[in-house]
Amino acid sequence: MKREGEVRIPSGCAIAAVISKDGNRMSGQKIYECMKPMHDRSNGLGGGFAGYGIYPEYKDLYAFHMFFDDRDTRKNCELFLKERFEIVKSEIIPTRKIPSITNEPDIWRYFVTPLKSMMEKMQVDEKEFVARSVMKINTYMKGAYVFSSGKNMGAFKAVGFPEDVGVFYRLEEYEGYSWTAHGRYPTNTPGWWGGAHPFTLLDYSIVHNGEISSYDANRRFIEMFGYKCNLQTDTEVITYIMDYLIRVKGLTLKEAAGVIAAPFWSTIESKEDPAERERLTYLRTMFPSLLVTGPFSIVLGFDGGLMALNDRLKLRSMVVGEKDDKVYIASEEAAIRSMEPDAENIWAPTGGEPVIIKVKEGAY
Amino acid sequence: MSIRFIYPEFEVVRNENRCIACRVCERQCANEVHSYNEDKKVMISDETKCVNCQRCVSLCPTRALKIVKSDCTLRENANWQNDTIKEIYKQAGSGGVLLSSMGNPKPLPVYWDKILINASQVTNPPIDPLREPMETRVFLGKKNGKIERDENGNLKCDLPPQLELSMPVMFSAMSYGSISYNAHASLARAATELGILYNTGEGGLHEDFYVYGPNTIVQVASGRFGVHEDYLSAGAAIEIKMGQGAKPGIGGHLPGAKIVGDVSKTRMIPEGSDAISPAPHHDIYSIEDLRQLVFSLKEATEYKKPVIVKVAAVHNIAAIASGIARSGADIIAIDGFRGGTGAAPTRIRDNVGIPIELALASVDQRLRDEGIRNNVSLVVGGSIRSASDVIKAIALGADACYVATAALLALGCHLCRTCQSGKCNWGIATQRPDLVKRLNPDLGSERLVNLMTAWRHEIMELMGGMGINSIEALKGNRLMLRGVGLNEKELEILGISHAGE
Repeated sequence: MKREGEVRIPSGCAIAAVISKDGNRMSGQKIYECMKPMHDRSNGLGGGFAGYGIYPEYKDLYAFHMFFDDRDTRKNCELFLKERFEIVKSEIIPTRKIPSITNEPDIWRYFVTPLKSMMEKMQVDEKEFVARSVMKINTYMKGAYVFSSGKNMGAFKAVGFPEDVGVFYRLEEYEGYSWTAHGRYPTNTPGWWGGAHPFTLLDYSIVHNGEISSYDANRRFIEMFGYKCNLQTDTEVITYIMDYLIRVKGLTLKEAAGVIAAPFWSTIESKEDPAERERLTYLRTMFPSLLVTGPFSIVLGFDGGLMALNDRLKLRSMVVGEKDDKVYIASEEAAIRSMEPDAENIWAPTGGEPVIIKVKEGAY
Repeated sequence: MSIRFIYPEFEVVRNENRCIACRVCERQCANEVHSYNEDKKVMISDETKCVNCQRCVSLCPTRALKIVKSDCTLRENANWQNDTIKEIYKQAGSGGVLLSSMGNPKPLPVYWDKILINASQVTNPPIDPLREPMETRVFLGKKNGKIERDENGNLKCDLPPQLELSMPVMFSAMSYGSISYNAHASLARAATELGILYNTGEGGLHEDFYVYGPNTIVQVASGRFGVHEDYLSAGAAIEIKMGQGAKPGIGGHLPGAKIVGDVSKTRMIPEGSDAISPAPHHDIYSIEDLRQLVFSLKEATEYKKPVIVKVAAVHNIAAIASGIARSGADIIAIDGFRGGTGAAPTRIRDNVGIPIELALASVDQRLRDEGIRNNVSLVVGGSIRSASDVIKAIALGADACYVATAALLALGCHLCRTCQSGKCNWGIATQRPDLVKRLNPDLGSERLVNLMTAWRHEIMELMGGMGINSIEALKGNRLMLRGVGLNEKELEILGISHAGE
């Protein structure tokens, strides 16, 4: 049977997220426990989390979370890393042995900073350098896989039910100002750890529920710009699209949402404000190949915030709720109630309407 | 019978019990097949002149007529087939190059027919176009991806010139001269009503049709017939014709007999003179010369109009397209070897060029490999026959399709493939006033609008089935395609998997 990446595997899913607008840090326990009421939305073949603000002591370093098939692969990859980065710390990511999670690869993390000389040689900025290095490992280094590469954030994922994955990674021992979660329901896969969500690049992480029908149009377009879709998953391609639009092209989150979940032409034409009309027309005309169709609900995590977005027909459920400084997002209200029984203002954003929550400046 | 005699290809079968000798067939046949025998009071036929255009069959009020393939054949021979032998007889008699019209009729592979389309089941929902919005609008032109902001941080919304189409189909180039005034009128009116574009071909633009300018592509070909400043400014886009799928590597020849009246005026050449388009543009012997013409035309139109470069699909098409994409052109049009023509040397039509499906797949992939797919839009033609061909072309990577033969069929063409004779009984490929008037532009444009409206419905149904609600999400979406009965190499070039994979 082919491994994920050699074949495209559609899947359904559950997603959840929480963020504190005041930058208050929360343990990872609530986020994995909130996945329990959505158990039936996963099938035990993938679960994962992303936490932001979890490495304050290393916040200026890129935290690489990596899977290795074996020791030789790791040694080989470490040589590669040493050529390009100063490795400030390397360690095994602490995990708990539990019966429901088995066959784990070697799971390591590295706190690194890029070598200036290498960046100058390649004439790229720091982020581009890191992104290219990650792409290189994931494309060419068989058996090694970077599944998280941002600063002061990290992804944790595995084959298993999400609530078990949280226990496995001891997430209650981490504290972050925002968390995202994912439970996966792939339709046919032997289960590979790299295929679980979140999918990340730099500080962008995506959890996603859906199967996008535009996948290959999006993939073949984004691969022109140095990205390589090694996993053939929707989540991966959406992550790269967001990185391209926001980091490389300099679009705002709202503008990027206007590209991937562009309003229908009829909606654009009905806008009263001519400037708004012009802006939306421009974005749709300039980036037609990045329109994402088919059902999706996603939560994009980034440094200092979250953005939730549905496809423009709202073919996947997603609700948002609030309580005090916190905002909650989930596929089902039950998950929000699990995190905060007294959550208020529960609402379902309409298709294509981005919900952007940012932590107060200076609070993270 | 003499050595020159070739038994007619078709037989006219007249049911004498039905024939009322009304002589409609006689009046309708420009080839003069039918005549009335006064002595015997019956209609008779001269089958040597019949081209099987079905005009008489269609207009016979008593359905007394049919045209059938003659069963008088030479002795069967798999190597020396009937057509091959007869062509030798013809050439032995005339010493000339054989001429043919319309697209390559040979049984070469039609890849469209070996590609199947996907649909959604369970893991994502199909979308019903009757209940949900389904978008077929496309913009052709450069998408340079440049993001600039003003001092307030607002996006500067300046785009390179774009062509807006309500659906990803355009009527491709057919010159006034090769087809009739009424055929052009039908195309221009239909394009305007549909919100798409038609193309003048290289015969210039009749002054009556300037009013359809916003839906017109004006062509600049190697003969430069009818090209002047107002002409360039009249259209929505300018197309440089480097080649044509039916006859790559050669020019065109509209015989003097067709250069009459307005055709002569529109082409800006004297009446009765042959209009000969050279094989190359004599100011373009290389890619850097093409760049100069592209920018000359842009200068002439103040950079307001996209420039299309049309080439025939030939062996090295991917590299050629890559060169064009870097030449400043906004759109590349590629014409496959099954594309039609008003007249071409038979040997060239039937043996030169490559299938559009393979050309499109390799060009789209090459431009992506080089990271310049966004520099240009891709338009493909050369036998797009139906809505499903359009869907397959878009999924392989085209931005839009050119159709011509399908449009002529809608106008009444019966594909008899004798346009070169100038005696088109359907009023399309002719300049004879008595024949031209048979094509009513009111009806012609209505039938074209009907055809495209039907295709658009079908496109929306097929997209909805795939769970795609906007045509841009289909562009280059090759996962939506599977091949059947194709070998590894063919699948590799098309960039698709085999059915079942």
